Amino acid sequence: MRGQFILGEVGAGLRRNLSMTVAVVLVTFVSLTFVGAAALLQLQIDKLQGDWYEQVEVTVYLCPQDSPQAACAGGEATQEQQEDLERVIATELDGVVEEVRVESKEDAFDAFTQRYPDGYLGTPLTVDDMQSSLHLTLVDPEEYEVVNDVLTGRPGVESVEDDRAIFEPLFLVLNRLSLLAAGLAVVMLVTAVLLISTTIRLSAFSRRRETSIMRLVGASNTVIQLPFLLEGAIAAVLGSLLAIGGLLVGVRYLITDWLAGSVPWVNYVDTGDVIQVAPFLILIALVLSVGSSYLTLRRYTRV
Amino acid sequence: MIRFENVTKTYARGARPALDDVSLDIDRGEFVFLVGASGSGKSTCLRLVLREERPSAGAVHVAGRDLSRLSSWKVPDLRRQIGVVFQDFRLLPNKTVYENVAFALQVLGRRRHTISLAVPEVLELVGLEGKEKRRPHELSGGEQQRVALARAYVNRPPILLADEPTGNLDPTTALGIMRLLDRINRTGTTVVMATHDEETVNQWRRRVIELDDGTVVRDEAEGIYDSSRRGDPGTPGIAAAGEPLPIGEV
Repeated sequence: MRGQFILGEVGAGLRRNLSMTVAVVLVTFVSLTFVGAAALLQLQIDKLQGDWYEQVEVTVYLCPQDSPQAACAGGEATQEQQEDLERVIATELDGVVEEVRVESKEDAFDAFTQRYPDGYLGTPLTVDDMQSSLHLTLVDPEEYEVVNDVLTGRPGVESVEDDRAIFEPLFLVLNRLSLLAAGLAVVMLVTAVLLISTTIRLSAFSRRRETSIMRLVGASNTVIQLPFLLEGAIAAVLGSLLAIGGLLVGVRYLITDWLAGSVPWVNYVDTGDVIQVAPFLILIALVLSVGSSYLTLRRYTRV
Repeated sequence: MIRFENVTKTYARGARPALDDVSLDIDRGEFVFLVGASGSGKSTCLRLVLREERPSAGAVHVAGRDLSRLSSWKVPDLRRQIGVVFQDFRLLPNKTVYENVAFALQVLGRRRHTISLAVPEVLELVGLEGKEKRRPHELSGGEQQRVALARAYVNRPPILLADEPTGNLDPTTALGIMRLLDRINRTGTTVVMATHDEETVNQWRRRVIELDDGTVVRDEAEGIYDSSRRGDPGTPGIAAAGEPLPIGEV
């Protein structure tokens, strides 16, 4: 009986304030779409880092003949220097470096001629124009700095380079984008909270006769406030469902069907990731609406 | 049933108190007229009983509860022991007579079956059978007040508070409402009626508690109320707690 009564009140409240209800639905829709977009961007960054960082290496370039670098003043790296380096890597960088692959200048030349059979810009190059290098696969790609500290400046080392640096600009852009989305999401969420509390206040005001009678006849706070809480929650959850739907459609058509078709070598977020984010969006909607209406009601429908 | 112990109520700091050191004791089953001019503190008394206000000093006991120690989540429970009617009826305009009365039971979570039995019964008691489907605006003032009484009484509270229930009604209609209050009182319900309707008070000869400027100036059984005796202290022979004037029983 009481459940039915409360649901009836909720329905009446939503209908009576239809335009405000629609506004709450739309604002939560937009704000949670931004929240979801920020979350998906982060997921995308994680995916790319996971994929790419596994393949990237730290390359230790050994001094070639006639290098202009100060580190290579001693001339081309000797076999002895190279062995020294390998020993250092095996001892001092034990546990950091997973695997070492040696690329001699002959290997480098083969790889080069394969790619540029006619020489570089028409100039034929020889094996001696190449340099040897050590390719290190790290246990944790984030530990590049440790490797750099240990190896830079050792005899025979021209430079230590992290292949990840190539991706940095891309991740920088993606991170900035996700920050932007999160920033917009925060602004929209604040708007949503204000709008929900205004709507609840309006709803409480338009039903002040009912609530005052409820108080007089001794209805409990739950019975008086629950319809308002539910109104806010229903509108906000509806908004979050729209946001999830919007993200699903967006990911499906923009990423899975279009971007993945034209740039196929990247592992993209998919609708599965949206489903993974979805419960959090619904939770955010619930917390926001219940929280803001509870605070509002404490002021406006006190016993 | 209702006890005020040295109750003082000040609404704004530094302002003149609405009630000043008031002590009263109203027993179970009594019928009490609370009289006095506007602003004398009648409504404040009722609001204190309902715990819509808390006393600034002193204690209020209602139906065995010390209201100053009553936690706010127990207030609804207190109010279920009290029915209230007002001068302006306070009915819900978009609900029918039946729905208005049923509303009081619905919000308490009563079963549909219980409601379908209790509402017609109380509507019959107040003499509104056959008008269940009317809306408040289709009823006369007296009938609207009967609906309000039905709503206040449908839960059979041991206490009924009436704040100027006849204030908007003509004398004949008021008499009908008074008969109804009397009838409810005779079932053992304590009735406290705030009013400044002299004629009604004098007709019924019940206990009269008169307030003036927040203090009890008279409390007598089978009393009468003559507002002209107050407000003109220079008139000889008329004390605040003077003896009742001989007025014919109606």
